[in-house]
Amino acid sequence: MTTLLDVRDLHVRVANQEILKGIDLAVDRGQVHAIMGPNGSGKSTLANVLAGRGGYEVTGGTIAYDGRDLLALEPELRAREGLFLAFQYPVEIPGVNNAYFLRAALNSIRKHRGEPDLDAVAFMKLARERMALLEMEQGLLGRPVNEGFSGGEKKRNEIFQMAVLEPRLAVLDETDSGLDIDALRIVAHGVNSLRSPDRAFIVVTHYQRLLDYIVPDRVHVLSGGRIVRSGGKELALELEARGYGWLEEPAAEGARA
Amino acid sequence: MSAMAVAIAVGRDVPASFVDEFVRLERLRGFEPAWLRGIRRDAFECARESGLPTTRDEEWRFTNVAPIAALSFSAAPHAAVDGEWVRPYSMAGASAAELVFVDGRYAPQLSSAAGLPRGAEAGSLAGVLDTCGALIGPHLAHSAAGSVFAALNTSLFEDGAFVQLSAGTVVEAPICLLFISTLPYRLAMVHPRVLVVAGPGSQAQVVELYVSVHPGAGLTNAFTQFLVAERAVVDHYRLQDESLHAFHIGGVEARLERGGVFASHSFTIGGALVRNDVTATLGGEGGECTLNGLYLAGGEQLVDNHTLIDHTTPLCNSHEVYRGILDGAARAVFNGKIIVRQDAQKTDARQTNRALLLSDAAQIDTKPQLEIFADDVKCTHGATVGQLDEEALFYLRARGIGRHAARGMLIRSFAGEIVDRVKVAALRARLEGMLGAWLARCEDAHSGLAGPDPDSGPPGAEPRVRPGLGGR
Repeated sequence: MTTLLDVRDLHVRVANQEILKGIDLAVDRGQVHAIMGPNGSGKSTLANVLAGRGGYEVTGGTIAYDGRDLLALEPELRAREGLFLAFQYPVEIPGVNNAYFLRAALNSIRKHRGEPDLDAVAFMKLARERMALLEMEQGLLGRPVNEGFSGGEKKRNEIFQMAVLEPRLAVLDETDSGLDIDALRIVAHGVNSLRSPDRAFIVVTHYQRLLDYIVPDRVHVLSGGRIVRSGGKELALELEARGYGWLEEPAAEGARA
Repeated sequence: MSAMAVAIAVGRDVPASFVDEFVRLERLRGFEPAWLRGIRRDAFECARESGLPTTRDEEWRFTNVAPIAALSFSAAPHAAVDGEWVRPYSMAGASAAELVFVDGRYAPQLSSAAGLPRGAEAGSLAGVLDTCGALIGPHLAHSAAGSVFAALNTSLFEDGAFVQLSAGTVVEAPICLLFISTLPYRLAMVHPRVLVVAGPGSQAQVVELYVSVHPGAGLTNAFTQFLVAERAVVDHYRLQDESLHAFHIGGVEARLERGGVFASHSFTIGGALVRNDVTATLGGEGGECTLNGLYLAGGEQLVDNHTLIDHTTPLCNSHEVYRGILDGAARAVFNGKIIVRQDAQKTDARQTNRALLLSDAAQIDTKPQLEIFADDVKCTHGATVGQLDEEALFYLRARGIGRHAARGMLIRSFAGEIVDRVKVAALRARLEGMLGAWLARCEDAHSGLAGPDPDSGPPGAEPRVRPGLGGR
């Protein structure tokens, strides 16, 4: 079985308003899927439901992750099973050291896999190596999580964490927003270097720009809580040229990749 | 007896048990110097005139001490002293002196002051009343003007510690004072008294530890005074981890002379009803005062911290940071008063107070109180009360860190703001251990409510709560 994530007829309400109205999405191992769409179409809702954030009410449908019911898992178990969400708005956590936090996260995941803890020395070696990939200041490791980081540093920190935790499914929620072109290139390089036949990505973005650097296998257009169009990477270019307006009328066939 | 002859205002008096105790001690105190007996009588008269406070007293609005009045506390009987009690709390290896007091009485066989340098003394207060009366007397008398509980302490204390540093004496390692309550299930009271006189240019760290070896409901009414002479530097650490049934009243008073530096670090973990009063008077130019505090309360504990920083002279600084973590149905009070007198120009006073509520039933009343009579000063204060940051919690969990561990991480970081300021490494390590134990206790209390933690739940168990399936 090569399908890693299988979303079927997913309905989600937030604060009594239906945001997702029947999403079907299947992502195979090794693939990169882009989810595009106008503001308010439900892109971030989908990302957050996958990661298990509270406040989202799943009213219908199923999500199978590696053949298991993802919705039955606590957020930490999803992470330990290899699901990673790069936050749109990474949270500042004063008083919690970045390196301490990330080692705790990595060791939780390793423990779940039955692997021994990584000691501080081995962890720092790994962390430095992955930081170099993202061209990050080593000093950020010793600072509190995201505290006082610039917008770009926060986004890079997300991808750095991803590079350390090595997930099987990475969901990037508008990681490109607020990045200048150099930062975008660095972040994309980080993502591309992690692409592998065992790992899948869902890249949520409003703009086609990121997809110049992270070339997707499939592109889905989300509008009004439904996937209204799916296609290859050329669909992103078409959206760039024509905008979202021509897709407003749902034509939801062929969403399943 | 003259003290008994005082006419008591209607409705005001201290409980009969205190009167009985005072009368009993008066009889036993024939050996005490006359000046001390006079001070004790005066203090007791003061206490009787004002009576125990009620919630109608502004300073006691949120803290009802009626249970102390209702329970008949009596003097702690003499306990056989067991060295094993001390072991878990002892910092003897890391201190210049460690004085142990068992139920308010000095235990010389468990104490040592061998590490003190020349010019520093630490020992039993009762032991020096005869010889150091001229030095000690005025300080003991002064406290009678303070609160009722300080006055009761003055009239009833049996013993405590006396620490004296001559001019220029520097004590590198901390001086530890360990107060152990040993009485199981008895309504016993102790009134430990501590006096620290730091001469000009001297330096020391004083650690006070209040602990119980049994879950008894005793009353500790402690009072500690510091005299910080010119350019002296004194760090004070006070850690109270008594029984969760205990009543604890802790007074700390510091007077700073020109260029004196005093830092108080107050840690409250134990006690059913706790009232801490820390008062610092900046009485000479260039003085610097730091008051830090951390209190942890759960169950039905009540922890009341009142602080007062009195700027009476120009060019002094004060910094105050208090943090509290409340769980269960705990209640806390923080009242931080800063007075800047008319002469105290160029004062820089900063105060912050933050409380973290871990449960819906926990509650805090917090009040900064600035009284400024000088016009060229900087004074800031801020108070926040909040819950654990759900966003931060989710962020940690989304990286694979279990709910309990994630909560612990956030709570520790909140407390770390105060714990990290402790300069005595052995004490900091102990505090971190105590914080961990306290958190474990909290999480046990929560585990019935919060659903199983993937870290501890049985393998394969179906989680009761499904994230993504309903707002949480």
